[in-house]
Amino acid sequence: MSGAGLVAILPLLLLAGTPVALMLIISVHRSHRSALAWSLLGLAASFASLRSASGVAPQQVTPLLVVDQYALVYFGMIIAATAAVAGLAYGYLEQHAVEKEEFYILLLTAALGAAVLAASSHFVSFFLGLEILSISLYALNAYIYSRKTALEAGIKYLVLAAASAAFLLFGMALIYAAVGTMEFSRMASLMMETAGPNRTLLLPGLAMIITGMAFKLALVPFHMWTPDVYQGAPPPVGAFIATVSKGGMFALLLRYFYRLELHNYAPVVVIFTIIAIASMLGGNLLALLQSNVKRILAYSSIAHMGYVLVAFIASGVLAVEAVTFYLVAYFVTIIGAFGVVTVLSHCEEDAESLEAYRGLFWRRPALAGVMTAMLLSLTGIPVTAGFIGKFYVVAAGAASSAWALILILVVSSVIGAFYYLRVIFALYADTTQEPAEVPPRVAFGSSVLVVLTLLLIWLGVYPAPLLHVIRAALPG
Amino acid sequence: MILVWFIAILLAGGVVCWVVARWSAPACRWIALATTVADFVLSLVFWIRCYPVRLLQQQDWLRQVNWTWFPEAGIHFHLAIDGLSLLLVVLTFFLGIVSVLASWNEIRVGVGFFHLNLLWVLAGITGVFLAVDLFLFYFAWELMLIPMYFLIAIWGHERRVYAAVKFFLFTQLSGLLMLVSILALYFIHHRATGVYTFEYSELIGTSMPLHVAIWVMLGFFIAFAVKLPMVPVHTWLPDAHTEAPTAGSVILAGLLLKTGAYGLLRFVLPLFPAAAHWFSPIATILAAIGIIYGAVLAFGQTDLKRLVAYTSVSHLGFVLLGIFVGNKLALEGALITIIAHGISTGALFVLVGSLQERIHTREMDRMGGLWQTIPRFSGAAMFFAMASIGLPGLGDFVGEFLILLGTYKVSVGLTVAASIGVLASTLYGLKFIQRAFHGSNVHHWELHDLFAREVVIIAPMIAILLWLGLFPQPVLNTFAPTMNKLQQTAAQQYQAVDRGQQ
Repeated sequence: MSGAGLVAILPLLLLAGTPVALMLIISVHRSHRSALAWSLLGLAASFASLRSASGVAPQQVTPLLVVDQYALVYFGMIIAATAAVAGLAYGYLEQHAVEKEEFYILLLTAALGAAVLAASSHFVSFFLGLEILSISLYALNAYIYSRKTALEAGIKYLVLAAASAAFLLFGMALIYAAVGTMEFSRMASLMMETAGPNRTLLLPGLAMIITGMAFKLALVPFHMWTPDVYQGAPPPVGAFIATVSKGGMFALLLRYFYRLELHNYAPVVVIFTIIAIASMLGGNLLALLQSNVKRILAYSSIAHMGYVLVAFIASGVLAVEAVTFYLVAYFVTIIGAFGVVTVLSHCEEDAESLEAYRGLFWRRPALAGVMTAMLLSLTGIPVTAGFIGKFYVVAAGAASSAWALILILVVSSVIGAFYYLRVIFALYADTTQEPAEVPPRVAFGSSVLVVLTLLLIWLGVYPAPLLHVIRAALPG
Repeated sequence: MILVWFIAILLAGGVVCWVVARWSAPACRWIALATTVADFVLSLVFWIRCYPVRLLQQQDWLRQVNWTWFPEAGIHFHLAIDGLSLLLVVLTFFLGIVSVLASWNEIRVGVGFFHLNLLWVLAGITGVFLAVDLFLFYFAWELMLIPMYFLIAIWGHERRVYAAVKFFLFTQLSGLLMLVSILALYFIHHRATGVYTFEYSELIGTSMPLHVAIWVMLGFFIAFAVKLPMVPVHTWLPDAHTEAPTAGSVILAGLLLKTGAYGLLRFVLPLFPAAAHWFSPIATILAAIGIIYGAVLAFGQTDLKRLVAYTSVSHLGFVLLGIFVGNKLALEGALITIIAHGISTGALFVLVGSLQERIHTREMDRMGGLWQTIPRFSGAAMFFAMASIGLPGLGDFVGEFLILLGTYKVSVGLTVAASIGVLASTLYGLKFIQRAFHGSNVHHWELHDLFAREVVIIAPMIAILLWLGLFPQPVLNTFAPTMNKLQQTAAQQYQAVDRGQQ
C-alpha cells in the first residue's frame, strides 16, 4: 500500500484505532467522563484527517476500498453524527446503573462499519462493513439490559439482521457465480456481456442484495423491525440506527447503483419504485396510528427513506446532490429529535408517550422549541434543513419528470404533517393537571441540541457551503 | 432597503415582545403596537412620496432589493414593490395595528409568545407580497403558515385543534402542489433557455405548449384557490375563522385570504396567460357558485363568527370572478373588493370578538335587543354589515359593482348569478343586525358600550370604507401601472397563441 493510500484511509484507521485504545484505557482506569473525552478526541482526529485524505483522493486502497470525495463526505457525516450521539448518550448513561464505558467502544466500532460501507467497492468490504456495524448494534440495542423492551429490541434485531445478511450473501454468491468478480467496477461491463443461463442468475442475485440493503434502510416491506427496535433501544442508539447505519448503507447503495449502471436495468428500477411508494405511504399511514413518540419517529424515518429513494430513482445530475443533502438534513433532524427524547428521559422510563411532552413549552420552552424545529424540519417547513432537502428531492424528481412519484411524495408528506402536528400540539397544549416529572437538566446533552438546532437553521437558510462540498463529490 | 426594513422591524419586534413579556405583559403589547405603527407609518410615507409621479414613471418596480442567495441554483433574495404590492402592504400593516389592539384584553396567557406569532405572521405575509423570486415566495408562503397555526391552536376557541390542523393540512397540500409547479416551471425555463432561475421577471414569457401550461398553472391555481378560498376547497375557512382568536380571524380574513388573490394576480395571470384564458370559464363558474353558496350558508348560521366567515367565501368569490374575467373594470373591482373586504370583514370580526368578550357567547339566540344597551356598538356593527352587503357609498359596493360591470361585458349569465349573490347578501346582513341587535332585550343584557380602545380601532376603519366608497381613485391610480402591464402581457400572449394556431 502506498503512502498516499495510507493517508487516504487515515480517517478509517483512526476510527478503528480509537475503540482499541479505549478498550486498553478502560482496562487500566474506568471513568465515564474520560471514556467520552477519548471517544470525542478520536472522532475529532478522524474528522481532522479528512482534510489530508481529501488532498490525495481519489485513491483505490486495496481492491476493497475506494476513498474518493464522495466517500469522504459520508465519512464526515458519519463521524459528526457519531460524536453527537456520543454526546447525547453521556447524560443518558449517567442515569443508568450499567457499565458505561463499553458503550463508546461499541458505538465507535459501529461507526467504523458504516464508514467502511461508504468506501466499499467490493462485495467483501461490503459484507465486512455490514457485519461490523450490525454486530455492534446488537449489543447497543440491548445496552440497558435490565429492561425487557431493550432485550426484545436486541434479539429482534439480531434475528432479522442475521436473516437479511444471509439473503445478502446468497445474492452476492449468485452474482459472483454469474459474472465471476466481486469488484463493483468490473461488474457493470461483465453483467452486460453475460448471456445464457448465467444471465438468469443476475436478477435473483440483485433482488436478494436489494433485500439485504432494504432491510438496513428499513424500507417497506422490510421495515417490521423498525418500530420495536426504535422503541426498545436507548434513544441515542435509536438516533444512531436511524442515521449512521442508514447513511452508510445509502452511500453504498448509491455507489453500487452508479457503478453498475443499474438505472438502465428496468426491473431494478421498478423494484425501487415500488419500494419507494410503499415506504412513503406505508410509513406515514402507519405513523398515524401511533401515540408513542419513538414509534412515530420510527415510522417517520421509514417514510423519509422513501423520499430519499424518489431522488435516487430519478437519477440525473441532481440525484446524488439531492440524496446527500437530504441525508445530511435528515441526520441533523433525527438526531435532534431523538436528542430531545434522550434529554427528557429518566432512569425509570424513556420519554416515549405523548403525555411526557404535553405542555412542555410552558415548562421548558427551549427544549420544546428544539423539538418543534426538528418536527417542522421533518415536515419540510422553510428555515429548516428539511425544507431545502424536500425542495431538492422534488427538484430531482421534476428534473427527470417523475411526476407520479412526486405526487405520491406530496400526498404522503401531507399525511406526515398530520402526525407531526399532533406532537407539536402536545408540546404547546396548556396543562392544568400536575406536570409530568421533569428530569434534571443535562448540560452536555443540551449543548449538543443547541448545536444541532443552529445547524438545522443554518442549513435551512444558507445551504450554499454544504452544497459546494457535496457537488464536488460524485461517486466513482 | 425599505423593503427589508418592513420585514425586519416585524421580526425584531416579535422577538423583543417575547423577551419583554417575561417581565411585563403591558410593555409587550405596547412594543407590538409600536412595531406595527412604525411599519404602517413607513409604508404610508413611502406611498405618499411615490404618489402619483413615481408610480407613473415606474418601469418594473418602485423599489427593489436583490441579494444573491444560492447563485448556482438561480435563487436570489429579491424583494420588489409595485402599486399592487404597495397597497396590500399598507393594508397588512393597518390590519396589524388593528389585530394588536383587538387582542389587548382578549389574550391573557402566553402574551409574549402570542405577539411573537402575531408579528411573525405579518412578516410572512409581507414577504409574500414583496417576494419576486419564486423560491423566496414559496419560502414566505410556507413560513406564514406556522405562526398562524400556533395562533389558532393555542389561543383559539373550543375546537381549536381540529380547526388548526385542518387549516394546516389544506394549505400544506396545496402549497406543495405549488412547489411542484414552481419547479416544473423552473426546469421548463431551463430547457428553453439554458438558464436556471427563479426570477419572476425572467420566468414571465416562458413558452410552453398549452397542455403543459395548464398543468403547471393548476398547481399554482390550487394553492391560491385554497387560500382564497374557492368553493369547493373552502371547508377549512369557516372552522379556522370561527375558532381563531379575534386577531387571528382579522388576519385570516383581511390578509391571508388576500395572499391567494394576490397570487392569482401576480403569478397565475402573467405567467400563464394562455392557460388562464383557457381556464377562465371554469374559474368564473366556480366563483359564481362560491358567491351564492357563501351567501346562502352565511344566512343559515347562528354562530356570529361563522356567519361572518361564510360571507368571506361569498366576497372572495367576487374577487375570483373579477380576476378571471380579467378586463380593466373587473380587475379594478377585484382590487377594491380585496381591500374593502379586508377592512369591513376585519371590523366585523373585531366587533364580534368584543361582543364575545362581553357576553361570552357567539350564538345569536343568546343575543337580541343589544341596541338598547350598547347603541354605539350596535351602530358600528350596522355600518359594517351594510358595507358588507354592498351599500352604495361604501368600499365593498364600488368593488362589487365594478366586477359586475366587467363581467357583464363577458357573460350576462354570470352577472345574473353573481347579482343573486348580492341579493342573498342583504338577507344575511339584515339577519345579523336583526337577530343580534334589534328587538327587545330578552336576556336583559347590561353591557359597557364601546371602550376608547375600540373606538380607536373602529373609527379609522369607518373612514377608510367611506373613502373607498366615495373616492377610490387614488387606490385605482396606484394599481393602474400594474394592471396595464398585466393586460399588455395578456394581450401579447393571446396574439402569440393565435399566431401559433394559424
